[in-house]
Amino acid sequence: MRRSDPSPSMATFSTSPVIASGQSLPSTSPTIDIRAIVRRHGSVAAVDHVSFQVQRGEFFSILGPSGAGKTSVLRMVAGFEDPDEGDVLIDGRSMLGVPPNRRPVNLVFQSYALFPHLTVSENVAFGLRMRRVPGALIDQQVQQALSMVKLIGKEARKPAQLSGGEQQRVALARALVNKPAVVLLDEPLAALDQQLRQAMQVELKSIQEQAGLTCVCVTHHQEEAMMMSDRIAVMHQGRMWQVGTPREVYENPRTLFVSRFLGVSNELPGRLGEVVREAQLFHPADDRLPGFPVRTGPGEVPGRPATWSLRPEQLRMSSERPSVQDPVLPGVIEKVLFAGSETKYLIRVGREHLWEARATGAMQPSFASGDPVFLQWALADGRVFFE
Amino acid sequence: MPSDDVSRSSPSVRASCRSCWLAAPGLLWMALFFLVPLLLVFAISFASRGTYGGIVWEFTWANYLDLLHPLYGKILGQSLWYATLTTAICFVLGFPLAYVIARSPARWQPVLLLLVMLPFWTNFLVRTYAWMIMLRHDGLANNLLLALGLIAEPLELLYTPTAVVIGLVYGYLPFMVLPLYVAVERLDPVLVEAAWDLYASRWAVFTRVVVPLTMPGIVGGCILVFIPSIGSFITPDLLGGARSMMIGNLIQHEYLVVRDWPLGSAVSFVLMAIVMAAVFVYYRQASSADGPLEGR
Repeated sequence: MRRSDPSPSMATFSTSPVIASGQSLPSTSPTIDIRAIVRRHGSVAAVDHVSFQVQRGEFFSILGPSGAGKTSVLRMVAGFEDPDEGDVLIDGRSMLGVPPNRRPVNLVFQSYALFPHLTVSENVAFGLRMRRVPGALIDQQVQQALSMVKLIGKEARKPAQLSGGEQQRVALARALVNKPAVVLLDEPLAALDQQLRQAMQVELKSIQEQAGLTCVCVTHHQEEAMMMSDRIAVMHQGRMWQVGTPREVYENPRTLFVSRFLGVSNELPGRLGEVVREAQLFHPADDRLPGFPVRTGPGEVPGRPATWSLRPEQLRMSSERPSVQDPVLPGVIEKVLFAGSETKYLIRVGREHLWEARATGAMQPSFASGDPVFLQWALADGRVFFE
Repeated sequence: MPSDDVSRSSPSVRASCRSCWLAAPGLLWMALFFLVPLLLVFAISFASRGTYGGIVWEFTWANYLDLLHPLYGKILGQSLWYATLTTAICFVLGFPLAYVIARSPARWQPVLLLLVMLPFWTNFLVRTYAWMIMLRHDGLANNLLLALGLIAEPLELLYTPTAVVIGLVYGYLPFMVLPLYVAVERLDPVLVEAAWDLYASRWAVFTRVVVPLTMPGIVGGCILVFIPSIGSFITPDLLGGARSMMIGNLIQHEYLVVRDWPLGSAVSFVLMAIVMAAVFVYYRQASSADGPLEGR
């Protein structure tokens, strides 16, 4: 899916001795191959049999709440920690026991970790210097990296004299100047304010594509992960729950946790009922709500407890009972939250369920809190999860 | 309008005046017991010695010129050498110690620092006598080395330059560890990881990142060890022989044995000049290293 040849602008970078030592492999082999790694802290497995592969040129994000073990995974790829079990392969070579300075990866730290006693260009040149790249080549490559992150003219500044966004760019340039097999990003944009963060998401993505970088990014920010990544892995309690493209993971979450973590999930607990035509009835646990048809896999046993979930943007509201065949539930508007480009509605469904619906732009219907509404969705949009 | 100005500035003016008065007792104390004696010694260093050890108030450069004599030069050079060696050994021993303490769990750090300072709870003279016992011909050090089979015959340790340096390192190591601890504690461990990730070997991490970023502590520790070492008097007196005399012993000798106060004063001022030169280097280093550190 992604191009496998480096872009022309990066072809002039010299291959480092560290990277060159990898044998030439067919282009189909993954750049990173993580095989069932386990990392224990005492008796608790912080990382529990995690496996994934990252292809060359891919932007891969590990998404999860704090404490999910995602930073541990990143540190094992970088070489600061070794897994208790499993293997970490980079360009086909096992990295077990290989210290960070001998791995062809570079990490962009969450706090940037810029050297305060060195200037911007000295910071960026650090990795090349350590690998004894000839001086003239260093200057040229540092310039190239700085122009890529738009920091030309700030070479002589110390990190303390830069803004947060500029420091972030230096950190990025310091990693990508080495042309590593993989750039590791640890919550790369977490320290930036909202506006800068959104601008940097776009920019980071375009730099990654322009330079053909392979990136593994750790983040707890689902929107950021979805916008920048080719693929996302959702991690929770040390395990990887789902790996897929942002669209796959968002639209077809495999577990309730994934569904909740990737966005708002309007839910109803209940149990499955009898089969009607191509659908199966779902009876909410709240007996004020009528049963409605859902899509399930073939042969689901009636009576099985389940949770049904729907994304807010799949919900349609109307003040009169719609005549179409789609499932319908009644609700009452509880709160109207105007957020500029869209309006969020919190709707009480049944006794205790508060759902979210969204209306954007000119289509904004004028509902006020207290209004009764009919909620409607396409049969195929609802998902059923079993515990 | 002027009254407006006065009312705005007067509180701070009053505050600074108050603090002036609060500083007065201390300033007076320093003036009486430090500055006046110092000026007195300075004056004496340009006087000449009377026949029976008194002071004859005739201006002369003779005392300073006398110090150019090879014998004094040797003692001066020896003092510089012992102090430099002591400082270097303290750094090599103290840096790993300070690093380990600063990187140990937070609740252990005060305990470890206390252990470093524990020797100060006992009198320095007593501790130096203890070293005499340990370094004796049949002392603890020799017995231990003999028992381990590392040596066949007892070493001549006591009353040698080695004993002086051992005693100085022992006495001043805590002065090295404490400022280094503070500096390492302030060093963000993630910078070490960043350097390591950027292909730096462990040695390169140390020389390119750890040393530059802990420079104020390194210079501070070195100064704190170097100054008392070069002026040290008890240690070379008790542990060193006649050949390992240091400036401190020379001053004591001139004042109390030879009763040549003017020459003793001149030696004191030469020592002060060396110390001040060392402090000057420290401030130069500290001010140049502070810039990036303050920005963190």
